[in-house]
Amino acid sequence: MSDATATITPPSREAGIPKLSVDALTVERTLANGERIVAARDVSFDIATGEFVCLLGPSGCGKTSILNVLAGLDRASAGRALLDGEPIEGPGPDRAVLFQDPALFPWLSVRANVELALELIGVDGDERLERARAALASVGLSDVLDAQPHELSAGMRQRAALARALACDPSVVLGDEPFGVLDAQTRELLQNEVQRVWMGSGGRTTFLFISHNVREAVLLADRVLVMSARPGRLLEEFRIHAPRPRDLDDVLVGRVVSEIHALMLREQERPGA
Amino acid sequence: MRRVAHEVLPPLAGIAGLIVVWGVIAATTSSASIPSPLAVWDALVDGLRAGTIQEAALKTLIRLAFSFVVAVVLGTGLGVLLALNEFARRAIRPLIVALQITPFVAWVPLAVVWFGVSERAVVFVTIVGSFPAMALATLQAIRQVPPLYERAGRTLGARGWTLYRKIVVPAALPGMMAGLQQAWGFAWKALMAGELIVVAAGATGLGHLLAGQEHDVAALLATLAVIVAIGVAVDYVVFGQLDRRIRARRGLLPEA
Repeated sequence: MSDATATITPPSREAGIPKLSVDALTVERTLANGERIVAARDVSFDIATGEFVCLLGPSGCGKTSILNVLAGLDRASAGRALLDGEPIEGPGPDRAVLFQDPALFPWLSVRANVELALELIGVDGDERLERARAALASVGLSDVLDAQPHELSAGMRQRAALARALACDPSVVLGDEPFGVLDAQTRELLQNEVQRVWMGSGGRTTFLFISHNVREAVLLADRVLVMSARPGRLLEEFRIHAPRPRDLDDVLVGRVVSEIHALMLREQERPGA
Repeated sequence: MRRVAHEVLPPLAGIAGLIVVWGVIAATTSSASIPSPLAVWDALVDGLRAGTIQEAALKTLIRLAFSFVVAVVLGTGLGVLLALNEFARRAIRPLIVALQITPFVAWVPLAVVWFGVSERAVVFVTIVGSFPAMALATLQAIRQVPPLYERAGRTLGARGWTLYRKIVVPAALPGMMAGLQQAWGFAWKALMAGELIVVAAGATGLGHLLAGQEHDVAALLATLAVIVAIGVAVDYVVFGQLDRRIRARRGLLPEA
């Protein structure tokens, strides 16, 4: 028995196993009025370890539903979602999630929010405090450690959420339009912050961000997956080769942005779409 | 200073107005059953000098504290259980609502049958009268917690009991405060009713004191004033402040 198992390499260690894998995934949702809708249909893609992927599509194309399945918060109706080749059964601290709302706990200080995340993965005592401090320092929030979330600006709150997500050293960061409601300037600052964090992770951390903002997707991602309107399916994939850190004035970035815009426009005007 | 003037002055004016109206009625009727405010004040001072009021108040507050703590622990536990388990919620919630609607005084005869004319009977009535409010408020507060907090907590690795202890219950705290305040009101009323009716030999308490003062209306009103004052003080000072602090911490207070 032990001989047999010893010869089997865990799939996650094998080369070629994607970090995240979505295989013929269909997600249905129940609306408030009880109606069942197909949010996304038969979507398949793989994400390699250390890759930064943006899933781009119009509102209601099911991109959030796909993310929620990967986060382990929702179940797929058909198809599979895999992490390191294993089916995703539920949420876990190995996959940090950035929601559109920062989702900081309002009864805890900024520092205590990060500390709670660390406590939940079993980090205690001085190490917990140190790691919380370091995580908040890395997003420039050293001055507001003991502030309550409501005392911060929207951008600072989202930064604190980023610190909370990164403090636990997750292997995957899932972002559900985390900068969607921020003003343009704050949004740009946070996009740069995320680029910096991802570059600093040295290829260990895999990012999947949902966006309906083409420029944001092209700025951040190695690969942009464009989805159709509901029921969402994958339309096309764009690889972005522009050097990092990128900015929106980069010619290559601009060209891909126009290309994706054109695709989405064509899709919108397609008869029956 | 302006806040003090804004918040304290109107209720003081109300009390002053009440005393004036009452004084006028007492002066015009000059009946022994309507003593003047001054006579009541004298009775209050006498009672305080003799120490009977303090002794009774202390005994009452000890009884109250014990009953209230039991009711809050019981109510909170039950509320969490009902929030966690749908079957338990469907089975037990109607019973708690029924208990909540039943006047607590109706429990007094049963309490006397079970526990005799004793301290325990009074405490029983107080607990039964107040824990349903806490249980229902806890259940309601937990069900109103934004799903986002729970989802965020789960992605951070919290599950089961930890999720409840670290995220759901703290998130529900402002709503639970309403239950705490309500449970306190019910406990105070039930305790007074219990003490008034169930007078064990040698027992002291504000309700017991009241029960023996039918023939001295000034003293009776003085005791009543102490009962009202304690009720209002605890409600405003303890729960009002606690609620304020919890809300301020979460940014739920309107900007001053």
